[in-house]
Amino acid sequence: MTLARRIIPCLDVDAGRVVKGVEFAGLRDMGDPEELAARYNREGADELILLDITASRDGRATFLETVSRVAQQLNIPFTAGGGIRRLEDGHAVLRAGADKVTVNTAAVARPELISELAAQFGSQAVVLSMDVKKTNAGWEVFVRGGAESSGRDAAAWAREGVSRGAGEILLTSIDRDGTCSGFDCGLTAAIAAQVSVPVIASGGAKTFDDFLAVFGEGQADAALAASIFHTAEHSIGALKTYLAGRGVPVRLSR
Amino acid sequence: MKVSIIDYGAGNLPSVERALRTLGSDTECVTRPEEIAKASTLVLPGVGHFSAFVTGLRERNLTATLRDAIARGVPILGICLGLQAMFSSSEEAPGERGLDLIHENVQALPSTVKSPHIGWNQLRRLRESVLLRDIPEDAYFYFAHSYAAAAGEPHTAAACDHGFPFAAVVEQNNLMAVQFHPEKSGEVGSRVLRNFLEWAQ
Repeated sequence: MTLARRIIPCLDVDAGRVVKGVEFAGLRDMGDPEELAARYNREGADELILLDITASRDGRATFLETVSRVAQQLNIPFTAGGGIRRLEDGHAVLRAGADKVTVNTAAVARPELISELAAQFGSQAVVLSMDVKKTNAGWEVFVRGGAESSGRDAAAWAREGVSRGAGEILLTSIDRDGTCSGFDCGLTAAIAAQVSVPVIASGGAKTFDDFLAVFGEGQADAALAASIFHTAEHSIGALKTYLAGRGVPVRLSR
Repeated sequence: MKVSIIDYGAGNLPSVERALRTLGSDTECVTRPEEIAKASTLVLPGVGHFSAFVTGLRERNLTATLRDAIARGVPILGICLGLQAMFSSSEEAPGERGLDLIHENVQALPSTVKSPHIGWNQLRRLRESVLLRDIPEDAYFYFAHSYAAAAGEPHTAAACDHGFPFAAVVEQNNLMAVQFHPEKSGEVGSRVLRNFLEWAQ
């Protein structure tokens, strides 16, 4: 009996469409969120994450509508976020049908947001998303979609987030995101060693061996990818079969 | 058949409701004691904090009616916090009283394991189970919790191990409960709900 390592497809959405950026810039249309969600649910995804990457105020209603439509397609856990600034934003996303909410930039600006969400909805519903880049100072947390340094050390911020009630860490390597050069296993293992909650590795997935590495030396509890699944370059089922054959505990859909 | 889902104010009802409707049941969300008193099948979903849960039930005057309904033999399925609420108390909210149908205490997961216990895990069957009928032994279920009730006789039909062996499936006469989320556990989760509905009928 083992807790399975999770494979989590991520949908970055802008104005109701799934898009993909390279190193946090340059968007490309990747399809319809409902269609992709239904496909991943069928293919054995362990969870789905939906991120509003515009996060503009006027796009809010559109995003909540997308959350609600995607939720109808799923019988697996569903996390949504992007632009969550206040308790009410988190509530709206959960009410629209998500099981968990992610916070990022606004939590760095006001860490109490994490405590407020955890007190209201429980730690299991709060995912702290952090975008990390290697700088001269070490691993540093960046905000505003990776555009701006927060001056915070990644390990220290992860520990603070967890002590405030985050139930999971979604850890994105800005250096690797969209580059298809593999997960940053060093970063993932360093953060996983610092916190008592599950860590979801994100950024850079390309090959099946990248996943094998992040569950091995990376010590990740879950791994997230977007484009390689959207383009149907890899099916989730084939990835899981590959991992299972190499001793990684995964849930094989039947 | 009509399934009454208890709304205590903070549960994640829509996904439970959708999962039950997909199986063809007629569902209603109930918030008042008189609705619970005449319900033929009950579901008690729950997420969040034990204290918010028991307070929510109490403030809506649902606690006594719910206990009465269960004592009368009305089939009930507790989900996640809805399982924990069947116990006497929880370390999450010392001093708060649960529904007290199982006279034991819900405990925090130990610091030796990752907490919350989030993700897909397998079960260890302790005896024949109504809810797990026709489900493969190695099936995975989705868990998301930081507290759990130790597996024990006679209530636990299947256990899961995370820090200690805890009650993942409780079956005690008409009282059924699962620590995992069947509505989030894909096809096998749907089968658990179907097993409950068929048994309740």
